[in-house]
Amino acid sequence: MRSFYGTNLPNPLMLGTAQYPSPAILEDAFRRSGAGVATVSLRREGAGGAGQAFWQMIRDLGVLVLPNTAGCHTVKEAVTTAQMAREVFGTPWIKLELIGHTDSLQPDVFQLVEAAKILTDEGFQVFPYTTEDLIVGERLLAAGCEVLMPWGAPIGSGRGLANEYALRAMRAEFPDTPLVVDAGVGLPSHAARAMELGYDAVLLNTAVARAGDPAQMAVAMMRAIEAGQMAHEADPIEPRDMAAPSTPVIGKAFLS
Amino acid sequence: MKIILNGETCEVRAETLAALLEERGLSGRVATAVNEGFVPAGLRATTALKDGDRVEILAPMQGG
Repeated sequence: MRSFYGTNLPNPLMLGTAQYPSPAILEDAFRRSGAGVATVSLRREGAGGAGQAFWQMIRDLGVLVLPNTAGCHTVKEAVTTAQMAREVFGTPWIKLELIGHTDSLQPDVFQLVEAAKILTDEGFQVFPYTTEDLIVGERLLAAGCEVLMPWGAPIGSGRGLANEYALRAMRAEFPDTPLVVDAGVGLPSHAARAMELGYDAVLLNTAVARAGDPAQMAVAMMRAIEAGQMAHEADPIEPRDMAAPSTPVIGKAFLS
Repeated sequence: MKIILNGETCEVRAETLAALLEERGLSGRVATAVNEGFVPAGLRATTALKDGDRVEILAPMQGG
């Protein structure tokens, strides 16, 4: 199993913490699914101190914490957010998001590489939210990233793996790098597919948080992810065009 | 003096970033920035505020 900057994940489900109907349901989704990593963010603190209660809940869950730079559109903004996140959450991990396009939330990969270099030089362990572009992947690794997180489809779209061919190519191109499908997963089958391709983890949020029963969907995602991972490790057969009888023909009775 | 705190103009008495946090009752786990630059916790007491400064005080929040 590939490690993430020296840390072995307890399991391959990275689960977001946004958009749940209530904090209790969020907590239930984590406890029932056993998701090992929680993504979190930073926002302006109000007078009521809402952020403190949330942070206490995450701490009580005992999960690994992956802060993000969601919503950042410039290198400066993303770097400053990462610096603030490191202090608040006490981890060098940062999910680096640099949004380049409003409708698709597609990463701005040029700024992404630039920010990744700055943050790596400052001692961060960067988890870049990127596209499935191989050259961008190479540049991110050259910038010091040791993990790549290509999108499956646009954030929140639930479309699954829009470009499975490219994701497979990415797995082949970077055999030693931990790869995570981040964003676009809508169904457990999508998540299972990512793992069957040999990905190391799946990061998802909306598919669980917006489901009618988030906790049950979180469990379904976990089972699918584990099934996909087991299948990949079990070395599946190749598909073929013609039938191949599974029951032996030799010894069949002559009855016609 | 008047500063812009988390996007809103407000009148404050505090003369340093540390004093501002105290004045606002924000004692929990927060991170601070002044004029778009990160100010580590250890530098808050010596970070003087001036009229028109833009201060951001951020806390843990849900994210994907």
